[in-house]
Amino acid sequence: MVATASSREAYGKALVELGREFPNIVVLGGDLNKSTFTTLFAQEHPERFFDFGPAEQNILGVAAGLAMSGKIPFVSTFVVFGTSRAYDQLRVSVAQPHLNVKLVLTHAGILTGEDGMSAQGIEDLALMCALPGFTVVVPADAAETVHAVRAAAETQGPFYVRLSRPATPLVHGDTGCSFRIGKAEVLRDGRDATIVACGSMVATALEAAQTLQSEGVGCRVINMHTLAPLDEEAVVRAAEETGALVTAEEHYVHGGLGSLVAQTLALHHPTPLEMVALHGYAESGKPELLLEKYGLTAPYVAQAARRVLRRKG
Amino acid sequence: MPEEHFSPMASVSGGQASAAPVADVWPTLGVPFLLRNPRDLGPLARHLRRQVLLTIAAANSGHPGGSLSAVEIMTALYFCLMRHDPRNPHWPDRDRFVLSKGHCTPILYSVLAECGYFPREELATFRRINSRLQGHAHIMAPGVDASTGSLGQGLSFGVGAALAGRLERKNYRVYVLLGDGECDEGQVWEAAMSAAHYRLDNLIAIVDRNRIQNDRFTDEVMELEPLADKWRAFRWNTLEVDGHNIEQVLGALKAAPQEKGRPTVIIAHTVKGKGVSFMENNPDFHGRAPTPTELERALKELEGVG
Repeated sequence: MVATASSREAYGKALVELGREFPNIVVLGGDLNKSTFTTLFAQEHPERFFDFGPAEQNILGVAAGLAMSGKIPFVSTFVVFGTSRAYDQLRVSVAQPHLNVKLVLTHAGILTGEDGMSAQGIEDLALMCALPGFTVVVPADAAETVHAVRAAAETQGPFYVRLSRPATPLVHGDTGCSFRIGKAEVLRDGRDATIVACGSMVATALEAAQTLQSEGVGCRVINMHTLAPLDEEAVVRAAEETGALVTAEEHYVHGGLGSLVAQTLALHHPTPLEMVALHGYAESGKPELLLEKYGLTAPYVAQAARRVLRRKG
Repeated sequence: MPEEHFSPMASVSGGQASAAPVADVWPTLGVPFLLRNPRDLGPLARHLRRQVLLTIAAANSGHPGGSLSAVEIMTALYFCLMRHDPRNPHWPDRDRFVLSKGHCTPILYSVLAECGYFPREELATFRRINSRLQGHAHIMAPGVDASTGSLGQGLSFGVGAALAGRLERKNYRVYVLLGDGECDEGQVWEAAMSAAHYRLDNLIAIVDRNRIQNDRFTDEVMELEPLADKWRAFRWNTLEVDGHNIEQVLGALKAAPQEKGRPTVIIAHTVKGKGVSFMENNPDFHGRAPTPTELERALKELEGVG
């Protein structure tokens, strides 16, 4: 049984710590603060916590005003509300003036489960990567979330961190994680193919690599925690050294990790690529059943690797 | 102030679309950027109206109507009321101004130039490539605190700036200028609700109630009335003034901070295109530059007013 932990809970706890360290951090919520665990910050630093109710457009505008006045606003709500609902505000009020706003959103992708497609953010990576200047990070587990949130506080400029609803497997063992913005992490080496994954799919990729190993196929697994700026060098190196790539993400197939890797390969080192991703909106259901139905489990990733190996020539 | 300071434009008429630098024809006013006596502001307001038209004409693009309707409001704010320092645009204690109706940059830039944030000649680069003076307000222009241009976002920014001021225990104030058509945007009311909830008495909104939006009269596009009652219902201290009467505008702006525990909105009743007969109340001049002939006529009209 793989150990799991809640990234959003890790975020809530980390934010309390950062709040002590950074007096300029303020936290803005939209009536989902129990779910995002920002209530922990609110308890510790009530004077620096502001709830605006479900009014995300206003929240992002307020965050811009706070950032322009030297504060470090962390905005937390669900992925769907914090990205698509307030996209024009992210664009004009935050990204265009390149303000120091931190967006840490939870309930990403189909792991959100029973709430169904309206609550399942599957377009957010495309949206956020389309905003020039935004750093976009998808932590692979709770440990990496803590590092990512600290990096967000320490880095000047707009920053997005994408978190899941349920507890997810811990992919970083006793060695800990060496998170650096824009620097991909090789979790496992191999010479036959590379699986590039982000978020909850990193653990799935490792599982698939294990299966492939038993078939004599050596798979490199890259945790591409930062989508913007993308570690293009790691992608190109994987293309050169393994000659076949698979991307795995819990996001729509257009505009997310797969698209970014495909763009990098097309521009710098054309290489066979298969993408494991969603191909449309999903539905209500238990997360594990949704992953199975929509093709996001380890056997599907392994199958994609076998496909790409056949194309490798 | 002697009248001749305000009429150096003869050489400009007809030349508005030329790419040539206009430094030699740009009006010079030479006023100190702080004027304590509102009676002195009449000639300044008239000068700013000309500057607005010249700026738009130089770009052959821009929004004259809502710039001209806001002249007295902007003049009162920047020359009489706000604490700001053009030599130090990021002075932490400055009063903040947010042009939520971000298309009305011609009056904002004209005022900022007159205050000394950047050379007056730079107005001729408005909307041109490589200029800091973007079509809609952007913080790359010295003195611009908020990037706007998509309607409805400025009041939220103002709420954030006001909250920051309170957290920092600073006594600066935040002024947000909204268009009336802009009040169609739902975000305005999200922001209004939150400003009242957080009792932001350091936040002052001004609605330029010129009754015309992009296509048509506001009454035809989307009924706003009773506008003052709407703000009152959102628990704002609500004042109404003649937005072209500087003393009334100043009076309301000065009364606003006396109101403790809630934000103030000033509904400034104005005339779109104010000061130029054929632009007044004319939806056609919401967002287009005057032709050379129209510019000449407009400048001539503005010379004649006392």
